[in-house]
This record gives sequence, structure tokens and C-alpha cells, in this order.
Amino acid sequence: MVAHLVRLKLTLLRNGLRRSPWQVVGVLLGALYGLSVLGLALAGLVGLGFVEMPLRGDLLVLVGSLVVLGWWLIPLVAFGVDATLDPRRFVTFGLPRRYLVVGLAVSGLIGVPGLVTALSALATPLSWWREPAAAVAALVGGVLGVLTCTVGARATTTVLAPVIGRRRVREVVAALAILPFIFLGPILDLVADGVGSVGGLGAAAGVLSWSPVGAPWALAPAVAAGDWAGAGLRLLIAVATIVLAVRAWSWALDRTLAEPVTAGGESRARGLGWFGRLPATPTGAVAARAATYWVRDPRYAIAVAVVPVLPLILAFMSPDGGGVLVAGPAAAFVLGWSISADVAYDGTAFWTHLAAPVRGAADRWGRVVVAGVLGLVGSVVVVVGTVWYADRWDALPALLGASVGLLLAALGCSSVVSASVVYPVQQPGENPFGTKQGSSAAAFTSQMVGFAVTGALGAPTAILAVLAVVREDALLGWLALVVGAVLGTVVLVAGVRVGGSMLDRRGPELLQRMRSFT
Amino acid sequence: MTTPDAVPPPAPGPVPGLSGAPGVAPSTAAPGAPSPRPGAPALALQGLWRRFGDKVAVAGIDLTIPSGSFYGLVGPNGAGKTTSLSMATGLLRPDAGTVLVHGVDLWANPVEVKRMLGVLPDGVRLFDRLTGAQLVTYAGLLQGLDRATVAARTDDLLAAVGLSDDRDTLVVDYSAGMTKKVALACALVHAPRVLVLDEPFEAVDPVSAANIREILHQYVAGGGTVVVSSHVMDLVQRMCDHVAVIAEGHVLAAGTVDEVRAGRSLEERFVELVGGRITGEGLAWLRTSSD
Repeated sequence: MVAHLVRLKLTLLRNGLRRSPWQVVGVLLGALYGLSVLGLALAGLVGLGFVEMPLRGDLLVLVGSLVVLGWWLIPLVAFGVDATLDPRRFVTFGLPRRYLVVGLAVSGLIGVPGLVTALSALATPLSWWREPAAAVAALVGGVLGVLTCTVGARATTTVLAPVIGRRRVREVVAALAILPFIFLGPILDLVADGVGSVGGLGAAAGVLSWSPVGAPWALAPAVAAGDWAGAGLRLLIAVATIVLAVRAWSWALDRTLAEPVTAGGESRARGLGWFGRLPATPTGAVAARAATYWVRDPRYAIAVAVVPVLPLILAFMSPDGGGVLVAGPAAAFVLGWSISADVAYDGTAFWTHLAAPVRGAADRWGRVVVAGVLGLVGSVVVVVGTVWYADRWDALPALLGASVGLLLAALGCSSVVSASVVYPVQQPGENPFGTKQGSSAAAFTSQMVGFAVTGALGAPTAILAVLAVVREDALLGWLALVVGAVLGTVVLVAGVRVGGSMLDRRGPELLQRMRSFT
Repeated sequence: MTTPDAVPPPAPGPVPGLSGAPGVAPSTAAPGAPSPRPGAPALALQGLWRRFGDKVAVAGIDLTIPSGSFYGLVGPNGAGKTTSLSMATGLLRPDAGTVLVHGVDLWANPVEVKRMLGVLPDGVRLFDRLTGAQLVTYAGLLQGLDRATVAARTDDLLAAVGLSDDRDTLVVDYSAGMTKKVALACALVHAPRVLVLDEPFEAVDPVSAANIREILHQYVAGGGTVVVSSHVMDLVQRMCDHVAVIAEGHVLAAGTVDEVRAGRSLEERFVELVGGRITGEGLAWLRTSSD
């Protein structure tokens, strides 16, 4: 049975490779990457053998705990990335659950991350070549650690499947998962500061070594230190963790197989919302639809979530205060540019516009109005906030001018870009980390060209604004505001005209492209 | 609607003799006057071609769908039904050929013609982050209706397709059948003159299907024209008055249901026209309960 499942997994992998040569390239790159990580891990383990004792144990426990946590938590966010052996697919076969549990646990190790983890864990005795007893303990700990990884990952995903399976929860989790990446720089700084002192590192390892994620790796250090009671207790914790994880997993598996998970958690919204408030015209309807999506669709919500983060990051990066002033115009640009893939975001639902007698310009204006109002409010709030923070009230007109100019230019350019190119994007509810095949070239080119054109059209305003802020020249600032408003309006109107007529002419081709993606 | 001039009778092109409206295929679609011609067929497809890469999906389809008919389009998987209907509704540009809706060229006057068309495509998403009521309202407003009309019709339509209780639920949480029903409501909201429905009964339960059929029959009785594609021969035979059989991008037969089926059941006639029947004698081992 175990052999069956392992063979099934290998067959699925091989057949996946057959579909396209690029898949082979991908797997080869993955394997190369895995090999280099494995090489580094082995070298690191041998090197650790020369490090003095308490630090050596602490490092092993810390890194090992991180690996286990990664196995447990990453699948929750990247759920569905490897569903090749989803237990729900075995529902129709009369398999004894015991076989299924063992088979899935072993086959979970097949693949680059699994093999790298397993081989590295089994190589931990390398660090203990001077203490044979500890080396044996490390081997036992390594086996237990690998089991903790794979069984734990299965347990967390299966137990939480009914919750994660719900659309809302998954969207929120996926959206939140992006935040650490946005904050990566500041977080790394904080972590480096905290751990920089060896004392903090030792304390963290001390706590982790008694936890389910760190116990297997703490076995060898305890033996090496002659702490036999500590070693025994850690062994107990590690084994108990695995037993509990198997129990939880098999209980959840029973429940999953008996009651298949449904999307569940219906969402309701009373009344017509924006459709009742905005003008009853095609443009008003498109605006109402866009406004509703800005709230309900996490892909748009992320663009809004970035805005308050921008000044925080800039404040982190330049604590003396000057750099933070860029936040307002940057927020304006981000929000204006956020509709640059709007038709691609609609996906095949765009047929609704195509089947109705809607002029392309009405479609463009509806989308622009919502993003424009959001961008205007957002950037004005950020500009006023950052001006107050940096105490540069003299820069207010210049920054407002730069924001308005960039916002309008970005709106105009994205109106053209979104009507000219569509590429596969994440559909609402899909994992934002999943990558789409064939998206990169078109997406990259159109975004880069759009960026360049927006930058060129916004440059006059931006240069005036920079001069005004640097020279503290009020007149230049007011000039920037006027130029930004006028030039921006011209760009916006032209962009909507051009984008609208492109949509009138090429709407069916865009829809056809998007149909071919699925 | 208001052009009083008589329809010119000469019809040079070979109009399919089986269709119910002989001699009304205008070969010139007066581009300057995009108002519908009285007496013209509801939908006329003339020489439609469409290729995807190397594959010819639709290879010269001619169809005349008379005004006031309930027209069924049947064909095996991959016959080109969806492609034809997409081209007939402005969602896909034909490589060659014309589409006339009540005598007006669709691809020359898209905005005017789309007011006359109600569309339910297959295999596309909806704006499913809207509630059912919002989606129907959206479709109505895009058609240029005023707020009061849209509100009244949304209520009526949701009641008619049985979605009144789910009007405030997001469409993404609807079942497949409910999604079809709300899409049908969207197609009907502007009271189109021609309704083009691609697989409208797929995943719809029998009770809802009966309700939808009744709505469609009333609509035809009121002077509207319905074109449906379907896999279910029995349904088409009972529901439609006209039918066309399409396979591999060609029209194999077209006309009234009685003409096409020629005394047999539509299913038998369909299998005879399309071919590809495989007799089930090879699977003797399937008879596990033979003793």
C-alpha cells in the first residue's frame, strides 16, 4: 500500500513533466536549488562540529525548529500547491485508514523539499562526530524530526482544511501572508538586533528545545552535555508530538472522508449597495461594480492595504524625516496604477460589458472614477500626515501637486494598458502565491512600458515638486500643483479616450484571449 | 422599428429551403440605417467562419432563424455551437461572414444591435462578487435602463427564476444551477427581441428547468425569438419548433423540428446525421449478475 502511494506520486510527477519541456526545466532548477541547499546544509553541519558546545546545540535547535514550523505552516497559506495526493481523492476507494496515513506520510517526503529535509536531518550526526553517544542521539532525533515535519504538516492541513477551505478565511489568510514580505526589511532588522546578542539566541533555543518543534533537535545536545534526564524528557516530547499528530490527522481524515469539505460560509449583503447610490447610467453602474470589488475582492484590497504601509517603511528607512515625504506621491501612483490590469482582473466576466451596448469610454470612466476618488483621498491623507510628521508645511502644495499629477497620469496610462493587454492573473479567491503559466512576458512588458510612460508624463510635475521641496520655494510648489492638475487632466482624458476606443475595437479579442487562458 | 419601406423581395443567395422564412435574406445590410427591418429574420448567420490556430471551429455556417421561433441548436461536443453563438452575439469576431439581427449588421453596428440581444454564454465567469440582485441590476443599468425599471424588473425576474430568497447572497456562493438562473435573469432584464442561450439547462434541476421553459415559451408567445443550444435531444424536440444540427463546423440539417426529424425521433435522426455510434457488445464482462 505504501509502495502503491509512493509509486502513484512518482507517476504523477513524471506525467506532469511530460506536459511541457518547461516543467522539466522547472523541476531541474528546483532540483539544482535543492542540491545546493543540501550541500550548504551538509557543509554547515560539518562546520558546526568545530563550534563550541552550547552554541552548537542552540544553533541546531533554532534552525531545526524553523524547518519544522515551515513544514507545519507554509502549506496552510500555500494550500493546494501540492494537492497531488489529496486524501479526498481516495474517498471512493475502500482503503483502510492506517495504510492511507502511513502511505501519505512517506509519499509526502517525495519531492525536492522533502528529500532535502530528510537527508539534512539524517546528516545531523555529522556535527557530533567527536561525541559518539550524541551522534547516535542525533540520528534518532533526526528521524523523529523528519516524522514531526511530514506528519505535522499533514495534521495541520487536514485538521484545518474545513476552515481554510472556506473562501473568506482563505482570502484573508492569503492577503495577510503578503504583509510579512512587505515588512521583510524592518523585520529582518529587528530580528538581527534581537538575536545579535548571543544571550538572546541561547534563551530562544532554550525555550524551543522544550517545545514540540524543537525537542527532536535538542536530543543530541542534551546527551552531549550528559543531561540524561533532559534527553529522556525531550525524547518523550518528540514521540508524544508525533503520536498526537497522527491521532489528530487520522481523526480529521475520518471527518474529511465522511463529510467532504464545501466552500461554505455564505456571504450576504443587504440591498443594492453602491448600485443604489451612484447614478443609474452605464458609467455609474461600472463605477458601482468597481467600488463593490474594491471592498470585496482581496486583489484590490491589497493595493489599499499597501498605502498606510508606505509611509511606515519610508520612515523606517530614513529616520531623519526627509524621505517620508515621498510617501504621498508614491501612494497616489500605486492607487492610480492599480487599475492597469482591470480587464484581466475581470477575466471572462468581462463578457457582461461586451454583450451590453456599453461604449468603451463609459467602461473606462467607471473604473477611473472609483480608483481616482480612492487615490485622491488616500494620497491627500498620506501627504498631510507625512508633512505633519516631517514638519514641512511649506512643502504641502508641491506634494499635493505631485500626488495629483502622478495619480491622474497613472490613471490615464493604466486605462490604455488594461485595454491593450490581458494576461493570466489570479482569479478572485485563488492563492496569490500560485504562479500562472505564460503570464510573465506580457505582464512584465506592459507593466514596464506603462511605468516608463507614466513616469515620463508625470516628470514635469515631479521635477517641479522636487525642486520646490528641496529649495523650500513656495512659488515653485504652487506651480507644481497647477501643472500637476492641468497636465494630469490632459493625460487622463486622452488615456480614457484612447483606451475606450481600443476597447470598442478590440473587446472581443480581449475576451477571446482570456477564454483561452482557462 | 419605424421604417415603413417594404422589404425588397429579391433574395439572390441560396436561402436554406427548409427554413420557415423564405426569401427574406437581405444581402445588403444598409449600413447607414441601423434600425431593425420588419419582416427580416430575427437572426441570420451568413457564411460564418472562425479558425483557432490550425483548427477550423466553424466552417461556413448559414442559418436563418425566423422571427418568433423557438430555435434549437444541437450538435456533438466540439461541433462549434458555442463558437457560432459567440459570433452571433458579438462576443467573438468571425474571420468571415455576417450576422444580421432583425436585418441589422451586428459587427457594423454593435451598440445598436446589442440592445436587441439577450445573451447567456457558456463557460465564462460572472461578476460573482456581486449579490444576485446586484448582478441583475448591473446588467440592466449597462443596458441603459432607468433605475425604477431596473428595480422592478430585477424583483420580477428573481421571483420568476426562484432566486428571491437568495437575492442578497453573493453569486460566487451560488450553486451551478443557481448561477445559470441568475445569468438568464441578466439576459432578460432589458426585454431583448432575440434571446441567445448557450446550454441554459446545464446543471439546472427539473423543477427550475420547467419554470425556465415556461418563461421562454411566454417570451416567444409575446413575439420574442429564442435560440438555445443543448445536448439533450429530447428536450429540444419537446421545447423547440425549429432545430439545426451542427457537426464539425457545418450545418447538417436545419428547419422545423418535424422537417428535420422526418418521422423519427430527433435523437435517432441526430445519430444518423452525425454518425459515430458504437455498439456496446464488447463489454460482456460488465454483466456481473448474469446468474
